[in-house]
Amino acid sequence: MENALNEKSFQDKIDEGISIEPKDWMPETYRKHVLRQISQHAHSEIIGMQPEGNWITRAPSLRRKMVLLAKVQDEAGHGLYLYSAAESMGVTRDELLDQLHTGKAKYSSIFNYPTLTWADIGAVGWLVDGAAIMNQVMLQRTSYGPYARAMVRICKEESFHQRQGFEIMTVLSEGSSEQKEMAQDALNRWWWPSLMMFGPPDEESPNSANALKWKIKREGNDELRQRFVNQTVPQAAILGLKVPDTDLKWNEAKKGYDFGTPNWAEFKNVISGNGPCNKERIANKIHSHKEGAWVREAAEAYAAKKNKASIAA
Amino acid sequence: MTTQEALFNYCLRLADNHLILGHRLSELCSKGPVLEEDIACTNISLDLIGQANALLQYAASIENNGRNEDDLAFLRHERHFYNSLLSEQPNRDFAFTMVKQFLIDAFNYYLFDELKKSKDLTISALTTKGHKEITYHLRHSSTWIDRLGLGTDESNLRTQNAINELWRFTDDMFVMDEVDKMLITDGIATDLNIIKTKWQNTVNGAFEKANLKIPEKVWMQYGSKQGKHTEHLGFLLAEMQHLHRAYPGVKW
Ligand SMILES: [Fe+2]
Ligand SMILES: [Fe+2]
Repeated sequence: MENALNEKSFQDKIDEGISIEPKDWMPETYRKHVLRQISQHAHSEIIGMQPEGNWITRAPSLRRKMVLLAKVQDEAGHGLYLYSAAESMGVTRDELLDQLHTGKAKYSSIFNYPTLTWADIGAVGWLVDGAAIMNQVMLQRTSYGPYARAMVRICKEESFHQRQGFEIMTVLSEGSSEQKEMAQDALNRWWWPSLMMFGPPDEESPNSANALKWKIKREGNDELRQRFVNQTVPQAAILGLKVPDTDLKWNEAKKGYDFGTPNWAEFKNVISGNGPCNKERIANKIHSHKEGAWVREAAEAYAAKKNKASIAA
Repeated sequence: MTTQEALFNYCLRLADNHLILGHRLSELCSKGPVLEEDIACTNISLDLIGQANALLQYAASIENNGRNEDDLAFLRHERHFYNSLLSEQPNRDFAFTMVKQFLIDAFNYYLFDELKKSKDLTISALTTKGHKEITYHLRHSSTWIDRLGLGTDESNLRTQNAINELWRFTDDMFVMDEVDKMLITDGIATDLNIIKTKWQNTVNGAFEKANLKIPEKVWMQYGSKQGKHTEHLGFLLAEMQHLHRAYPGVKW
């Protein structure tokens, strides 16, 4: 009885657009759903540092090196905001990291694809950050307060990333024939995985209905995907690059593009751990975490000693 | 050697020190012991490369021979790099990285503080701006020396090992030659013996406080000012320059 009342007032709040705060009552299923999404999102920011960090030491100019360093640093910062948002639900960062390392927690499967050439850094900024923005702009109004506030800070930086990625692609596509080829090849490899970033079609997405009812999400996967295609296809045209989809066609009636179906079998396969880089991403993460153990222990021991000294004094 | 040539060379030394140290630190991006430290190190790396960029731009304008900052960073060969031997040493573990950062941060801190007074207005402006960032870098690495030295037995041991291994490259930072002499006379450069005294005081103080020792009877290695490096620099440059060199003359 009490629970039913709680649930009613919870849903009323959601419907009125009042944000849910950590101390508020919430259904356990809502809490789990939001926590899973925030943690996935946080881990994506962190794992995403690897494919991009892959080119920092080889960036072709000083300016590009600095921009890329700043970008990867931003992503680390996003991870930090999001871990804090997750911590507001009563989990610790150690628990979250443990879930990542043991494979219990997922991250965006896009980061299981390799960055093979410099053009991939352009394509990732343009397409992956571009797709992320679609999602994140919506999430600025997500119903869980700490998550929404983290998103507001993050969105400001993401649009820079997208522009910088597009700028890399512009320079390459206006460059030598080899550079242009590099840009096209990157688009070919990143296009479909980027479309998959929005998740499976709504009718097959097990969590979509609840996410919409609770206003965790405000738009469906397909809607966001469509918007991304509409926005990105003209940008590819500006670059003089060809989107690798033979079904791509303007549809005047819906004022949007018709496009092909992503390879959802590949998507499922990558999510379940068989993408080109799943093993490496997690192994790297575990490796640096282990390598850092003695440093964390030293910092803790030092803080404890300082604390003791200040109490004694 | 003309003053212009000396100044060009001097700028390369300052720039290369920052570029190579910043590059080494950038290798650690996404590999930090905790996320906050990852962010801090990336930030410092970014500062250093940013300062190197400005110094190389100035070097290019002094040379006035059609080369720009990227030509100087990506198309010079190993024997024409003048960064200190210490800056190019590999990271190995966090203790190595922090000891290296600390020893160089302390050097840069006093050097840039003196160069603020340089009669060369660009050097004065760049080092004035740079000194603010380096002040933060030194605070960061000093804090870690303290933490690691006094933290656990393991962290003390690792840090002591790093000091023992890296100490032989420290004297190389203070070598002076014709370039320095010429520019000191003109009030542009600074006497590194003065820097050395201050540096020693800071390093001694920090190590003593953190229960760390400076190794005795270490045979010092020299050569960076003549572009004679350790074998590590070649690999660093191979990685850093490969893409730029693979597509000559294009824009990025
Ligand atoms: Fe991000
Ligand atoms: Fe981003």
